[in-house]
Amino acid sequence: MRIPTIKTMGTWLASLAVVLAVGVSSLAIADGGAKSAKEKAMLEGVKGDKCVMPTEDMRRNHMKYLKHHRDETMHQGIRTTQFSLKGCVECHASPKNNSVIGTNDNFCQGCHAYAAVKLDCFECHSTKPKANAAFHPIAGQAPGLAADMRKDMAAAPQTNAAGAAQ
Amino acid sequence: MSEQEKQTTIENEGRRGFVAAGVAAAAGLAIAPGVTLLDVAHARPADQPASSKNRWGLLIDSTKCKTGCNDCVNACFTENAIKQGDKETDSQWIRKVELKDLRTGHTASLPMMCQHCAHPPCVDVCPTGASFKRADGIVLVDRHICIGCRYCMMACPYKARSFVHEELHDQNPDVPRGMGCVEACTLCVHKIDRGDGTTACAQACKEGAILFGDLNDPESEISKRLATYASTEVRADLRLDTGVRYQGI
Repeated sequence: MRIPTIKTMGTWLASLAVVLAVGVSSLAIADGGAKSAKEKAMLEGVKGDKCVMPTEDMRRNHMKYLKHHRDETMHQGIRTTQFSLKGCVECHASPKNNSVIGTNDNFCQGCHAYAAVKLDCFECHSTKPKANAAFHPIAGQAPGLAADMRKDMAAAPQTNAAGAAQ
Repeated sequence: MSEQEKQTTIENEGRRGFVAAGVAAAAGLAIAPGVTLLDVAHARPADQPASSKNRWGLLIDSTKCKTGCNDCVNACFTENAIKQGDKETDSQWIRKVELKDLRTGHTASLPMMCQHCAHPPCVDVCPTGASFKRADGIVLVDRHICIGCRYCMMACPYKARSFVHEELHDQNPDVPRGMGCVEACTLCVHKIDRGDGTTACAQACKEGAILFGDLNDPESEISKRLATYASTEVRADLRLDTGVRYQGI
């Protein structure tokens, strides 16, 4: 058997690295694909192109935004719509039962059941959008809450998104 | 710095503060005569907090209020999605009260609800801070903090508060309500913040017996009427400075 020289060893290592890299990336693609398919199956009721903050940020921080907003609204009467729970329900109510909870296919309940996190907003808050609300809150052009949300999003500082990305 | 110098500095600070306050008051006066100020107050921008420049209140004319009419009560139930049951424990944010003077036989009818006191006993007794008074004088319950102890129900001289005993469904998205918390008239705070400038009960009253307005604005109709006609607080002896006042009782 020939003892590998430094040069052949280097080539071998390089090819190993390439194989590994390809393998890992294909794994990542497979994982990503499966996850998004699962999420798509789980979370029905998503209107518009984007949420009030980037999706990754919302997944991690929506509860903080909601809690902060809740105290401002309750005690000071600040009723901006960007982080309003009513706004969540407007966009994420399922087309099937017009609600964010009820089955594990519903937007809020689905993810909370998956993550095993108790959800008690809706013991008091309405699970359904207001009957006369704009049909398509973010994408639609109807005035009302949707227009307010677009305005708030335009004015909102995007610093939180940068923070979450780090 | 010697003791005397310190004293002088403090006095100067005090004087400066006084002058600043004077300037602020003068500026306030300068704006006040403008009718537009009222409009601005009504349509407060969504990102602005409620201000103590306003004090929302009601004037109820019991001489106009009809015995047997329940329109305001029904409007309140509808607006706040309160289910009307027949249980004693069902929530009731507003109720009709009939008064009879046994000596003269004179009867008066009036709606009774949270009086939105300036010195609310419910806020005094609340152990968690859930019961609070907003800057514009509206007394509310923060259900996120309320533990359902019901001290406030006992403290309220007007029996204005209710406890929610059972699970609720189909709430109005603007009016969250739920089991285990105390609740009461919110003076239709969601309507006020939206800029409606009225409450459901005031809107519903065909007799015009309920007038909503800003008690702090001397130009508002409610202030003018209060200045012109005699009115009274219920249980004025408690000196709670209620936001709801009555005429004709």
